[in-house]
Amino acid sequence: MIKLQNVEKVYRTSSIETLALNNINLDVKKKEFISIMGPSGCGKSTLLNIMGLLDAPSKGQIEIDGSKVENYNDKDLAHLRNQKLGFIFQSFHLINDLSVIDNVEIPLLYRSSTAKQRRDLAQEALEKVGLSNRMKHFPKQLSGGQKQRVAIARAIVGKPEIILADEPTGNLDSVMGNEILGILQKLNEDGATIVMVTHDDAMAKKTHRLVRLFDGTQVM
Amino acid sequence: MLSNYIKIAWKVLLRHPFYTFITLFGISLTLTVLMVITSFLDHLFGTHYPEVNRDRSLYIGTVLQQDSAHTSMSSGPAAFGFLVKHAKSLKSAERVTILSNFSFSNTYIHGKKIKLNTKFTDADFWYVTGFQFLEGKPYNEANIKNGDQVAVITDALRDQYFEKGASVVGKNIEIENVIYRVIGVVKGSPPTRVYTYSDVYFPYTAPKSNYQDKGMRGRYIAIVLAKKASDIPEIQAEFDNHIGSISKEEIRDGQQFTVLIVRADRYFDHFLNTFARDDTQKALFYSIIGLVLLMVMGLPAINLVNVNVSRILERASEIGVRKAFGAPSKALLWQFIIENVFITFIGGMFALALSLLVISMINASGWIAYADLTINFSVFLISIGVCLLFGLLSGVLPAFRMSRLKIAEALKV
Repeated sequence: MIKLQNVEKVYRTSSIETLALNNINLDVKKKEFISIMGPSGCGKSTLLNIMGLLDAPSKGQIEIDGSKVENYNDKDLAHLRNQKLGFIFQSFHLINDLSVIDNVEIPLLYRSSTAKQRRDLAQEALEKVGLSNRMKHFPKQLSGGQKQRVAIARAIVGKPEIILADEPTGNLDSVMGNEILGILQKLNEDGATIVMVTHDDAMAKKTHRLVRLFDGTQVM
Repeated sequence: MLSNYIKIAWKVLLRHPFYTFITLFGISLTLTVLMVITSFLDHLFGTHYPEVNRDRSLYIGTVLQQDSAHTSMSSGPAAFGFLVKHAKSLKSAERVTILSNFSFSNTYIHGKKIKLNTKFTDADFWYVTGFQFLEGKPYNEANIKNGDQVAVITDALRDQYFEKGASVVGKNIEIENVIYRVIGVVKGSPPTRVYTYSDVYFPYTAPKSNYQDKGMRGRYIAIVLAKKASDIPEIQAEFDNHIGSISKEEIRDGQQFTVLIVRADRYFDHFLNTFARDDTQKALFYSIIGLVLLMVMGLPAINLVNVNVSRILERASEIGVRKAFGAPSKALLWQFIIENVFITFIGGMFALALSLLVISMINASGWIAYADLTINFSVFLISIGVCLLFGLLSGVLPAFRMSRLKIAEALKV
């Protein structure tokens, strides 16, 4: 589903060059649930950003569901992200000025759909994460766990095949964290391919496979 | 999609009331100034009472005479006879009126002096203009032929000289020791309509009109009415032909003149020609106007660009999220342009209300008698255009910068 070949990422400033990812080769199969672990600054988020087409590699190739994205322009990449990928971030990244349901609808704004279709799909997604009673609320009125559930609803509203989660439980207590992991597992059982960055060994053990990074290099 | 953008724009406005106030204040003030100026220019140069046919009229107001060495020059209004010969005879025109520039006279009522503006006209004046007669009628060819001492006065003079709202047709008015019979009363016009404004109108055969003066120069101008606006170039060509055929002897005009310039121009061109005679001067005039407009609109727009750019950072996360979930840069570019145009239009609405207030204050102040400044449809359309231009001017650059933000960078903020 996601294939990375010889991927390298170098950050350059005028005086310094940092190798963030070094020759990464990774093949995430369809319906697989994998976790990426490693110490802070080892390149986990960079790897996830590259897999999600949020950042471009300095070298190497990426294939998403059979499409090689090497020569994709801004519009093609945006289209692929919109159709195939859903993101969950550690700090939720909800838009505070929009209500819960408006936040969930965002991915659908960039597809050809009617307002009614968008509303129906967003409601359905919120029901899946158990937040259909908070549709008119604003992010500031929600707890951390609720915010992350809204973020999950937003990630799944467009029914993407791949979900990329960057430390989705990092800002939550263990009870909330487990609840969120439960939702992700359920999504995986329903057919989604999930890649999750985490610091938590216990969480990682509950996934199908573990990828470990150290100083930008894949060690496991 | 649009409602989502507007919702966000509205929320962003409410998020920082102080910044919003500063932004809207700047936009409203700029647009108010522009709307009031537009309204004033429309008042000066547009088609309004009593010159209701100005859009299909030509003005012949200045005769310019020069000697070959360009050492002496004489310019000013024309003599009555000159206009009869060269303007009245225009075949392509619907009607031509000859009228004097206004002059000052005095009259006395109960020993108190009233200063008056007086004007001498032919009978066609009442056809070419659209004066509203509150009472009586205009003088006609017969009155002129008979040298009748009749006058048409304005409502303001009636109220001052006789009695407010009184019926005065048939009564006498004494001006400069001559007694005239009032034949009609018209609704007065603002003094900014310089050629048609007056307090009293006399037939040109009335005393002291000097209509029989010889030569080219005098105190008269002509307004040429075209059947339709599209006939204007043809009339101008015919008039130029008339002027071109004037003999050298006539051009000399009893002095040493060899060059004669007389033009039939539309009102605005006529006005412009009084101080910008050649193309270089006109180009300079338009450049200065352009520069002033750019300053008036450009500086607040640059300020708004700055405010907008500094507010981008606050929204980096939103931009990152939208891009991550599939928004192409172009969609974001449009989102921020639409937001900015929306804010500008809110400013525009305040400006419209403010302009109406300022205009009604100008109209009521008596600063210009009979002032009739309005926000009419064309002024309103120009204002909307200005709002749109201002919104785009101040929105495109910040929107472009926002849309180019890298997703991974934007999400780190």
